[in-house]
Amino acid sequence: MPTKLDGVFAGHERALAVNRQRLELLASNLAHAETPGYKARDLDFQSAMQAAGNRPVTLASTRQGHIGTADNLRPAAAMYRVPDQPSSDGNTVDSNREKTAFAEASARYQATLTFLNQRIKGLKLAITGSR
Amino acid sequence: MPLTTIFDIAGSAMSAQSLRLNTTASNLANVNTISGDAATAYRSRQPLFRVAEGGDAGSTGVRVEGIVESTAQPTVLHLPDHPQADADGNVFMSNVNVVEEMVNMIAASRAYQDSVEVAKVSKELLLRTLSLGQ
Repeated sequence: MPTKLDGVFAGHERALAVNRQRLELLASNLAHAETPGYKARDLDFQSAMQAAGNRPVTLASTRQGHIGTADNLRPAAAMYRVPDQPSSDGNTVDSNREKTAFAEASARYQATLTFLNQRIKGLKLAITGSR
Repeated sequence: MPLTTIFDIAGSAMSAQSLRLNTTASNLANVNTISGDAATAYRSRQPLFRVAEGGDAGSTGVRVEGIVESTAQPTVLHLPDHPQADADGNVFMSNVNVVEEMVNMIAASRAYQDSVEVAKVSKELLLRTLSLGQ
């Protein structure tokens, strides 16, 4: 039964999922800073969010009573990074670039957590009254 | 896809880089090792890194495929008085290139530090996610 509570988190849960996937990709890039032939990958946050947002917030179910993964929490498509200075061993990881991207993604993740926390606090206040 | 995937990735990178530090230590320790014939002379050892298969959504850890020995020729020294000298009075010194090994050591320790930092940040994020709504 759809209720008003569906929209409580206002897409922040999608932002968490996209950010988490991005953090994973960037961690993988940093891990492969010295692996020959590794191609660095990243997500375009905006297009990943848009792709997630275009789908309705529903649980995929094949049978009555099934609870599946929400469609909008599936992984978004990662893209190869265009290297500034490709190295001769075919590795395209620029660890400075990856480190700054990792810092940015973790800040975004923490911002989303803060928004969610505030929203939960607001709901709790509404439920319990001014206590 | 739990948040703990990042720990696997960072952990695999840390173990790969520490293996690289180990081979570097071994190479530097044996830089002056002398042998009586060319076949048994110490050869510099280098790990081979590959992308581990089976990661989801494009994120994968590091796999060490093996350790290869350098094919460079050992340094030949003419020391007829050396107890290990062969019939021609030659001894064979390891083919370790000290400068290359130092560069390897610095690169490995930087990569290790990056992975530690990634694991640290991920741990903080995971703990904050766990305490959501409290």
